[in-house]
Amino acid sequence: MTDTAEITKQVKEIVVEHLGVEESKVTENASFIDDLGADSLDTVELVMAFEEKFGIEIPDDAAEKITTVKDAIDYIVKQKAA
Amino acid sequence: MFRLDGRTALITGASGGIGGAIARAFHAQGAVVGLSGTRREALAALAEELGDRAHVLPADLADPAAAEALIAAAEGAMGRLDILVNNAGLTRDTLALRMKDEDWETVLAVDLSAPFRLCRAALKGMVKRRAGRIISIGSIVGATGNPGQANYAAAKAGLVGMSKALAQEVAARGITVNVIAPGFIATAMTDALSEDQRAALAARIPLGRLGRPEDVAAAAVYLASDEAGWITGAVLHVNGGMAML
Ligand SMILES: NC(=O)c1ccc[n+]([C@@H]2O[C@H](COP(=O)([O-])OP(=O)(O)OC[C@H]3O[C@@H](n4cnc5c(N)ncnc54)[C@H](OP(=O)(O)O)[C@@H]3O)[C@@H](O)[C@H]2O)c1
Repeated sequence: MTDTAEITKQVKEIVVEHLGVEESKVTENASFIDDLGADSLDTVELVMAFEEKFGIEIPDDAAEKITTVKDAIDYIVKQKAA
Repeated sequence: MFRLDGRTALITGASGGIGGAIARAFHAQGAVVGLSGTRREALAALAEELGDRAHVLPADLADPAAAEALIAAAEGAMGRLDILVNNAGLTRDTLALRMKDEDWETVLAVDLSAPFRLCRAALKGMVKRRAGRIISIGSIVGATGNPGQANYAAAKAGLVGMSKALAQEVAARGITVNVIAPGFIATAMTDALSEDQRAALAARIPLGRLGRPEDVAAAAVYLASDEAGWITGAVLHVNGGMAML
C-alpha cells in the first residue's frame, strides 16, 4: 500500500471515530462542517487527532484551511513527504 | 443526591485548608481523589486519613510545565479525570505603589495561568468523553477588589472571565465550568490576622462569623454533582452575605 493510500485510510478512520458518522459518508470531498455535521470544537479535535496519529504539528493557519477530508489527506501527505 | 461515586477528581491545593475540606467532602461522597500541592507530607497525611481512593500527586504550579504533567499524572493514577478543582492559590499582598513585578507575576502565574493550563490539559479527555466538571476557587475580592491585593484580585477576576469563555466553548460537550467565590474563610491564609482584625471582619458579615472550609466544600460538591448539570459559567458566592452579588 502506498503512503497516500495508507494515510487516506487512517484519516477516514479518525473522522469516522471522532464524528461518529457512517464510513460511506466520509468521501474525499466531504466537508467536516457542512457534510459531516462537525462543529468548531470537532474540527479542533480532528486536527489534534491528526497531529497525534501522524506525529506532525499543524499550525493554526494551516488548520483553518483544512475543511474537507481531502484537505486533511493532502496536508498530511505533504508533511510526511517533507 | 449529590453523590460522586466512581468519579475521579483532582484537587489542587489539597494540602491547604479549603482544598483539604473539598478533598474530604468529595471522598465522603464516593469520589476517587487526586491530592495535589507542594508539601508532600501534608498530602500523604491526608491520603492516609482518607484511606482507599486517594492518590498523592505533588506539583509546583509556579512551574509552567507542571500543569500538563499533573493532569497526565492524575489520569495515569485514576484512569481518567472527571472533575478538576482549581483551588491552589497564594497571595503576595502589598499596596500597588510598593508591589514588585515579581509579586504580580508570581500571583498571576499560580492563581491564573496554572488553572488555565490545567483546564486546557484536562479538557482534552473531558471533550473526548463528553462529560466533565471544572470548578475554580476564585474569591470575593475578584468581584469587589481589596486594597493591597491588586495582583490577587486581578487573578481571581481573571478566573471568572476565563471560566465563562471555557464554559461556552465546551457546553456542547456536556462539560460545566464554574467558579466558587469564597468570602473570608478561616484557614492558614487568614490565620495571619489578629483577633481584633478577625472580630472586625466578622462584624462585616451578616451571618456573623468567618466561613469554614466546609462551607466552600459543600458548594464544590454541589457543582461537581450530576444535580448541578444545568449550571455553567456561574459564580457561586459563599461569603456569609458580606457582598450580595
Ligand atoms: N481563606 C480565605 O479566606 C479565602 C478566601 C477566598 C478565596 N480563597 C482561595 O481558596 C483557595 C485555597 O486557599 P486556602 O484558604 O485553603 O489557603 P491555604 O490553606 O494557604 O492553601 C493554599 C493551597 O495552595 C497550594 N499552593 C500554593 N502555592 C502553590 C504552588 N506554587 N504550587 C502548588 N500548590 C500551591 C498550597 O499547597 P502547598 O502548601 O502544599 O504548597 C495549599 O494547598 C485559594 O485559591 C485562595 O485564593 C481563600
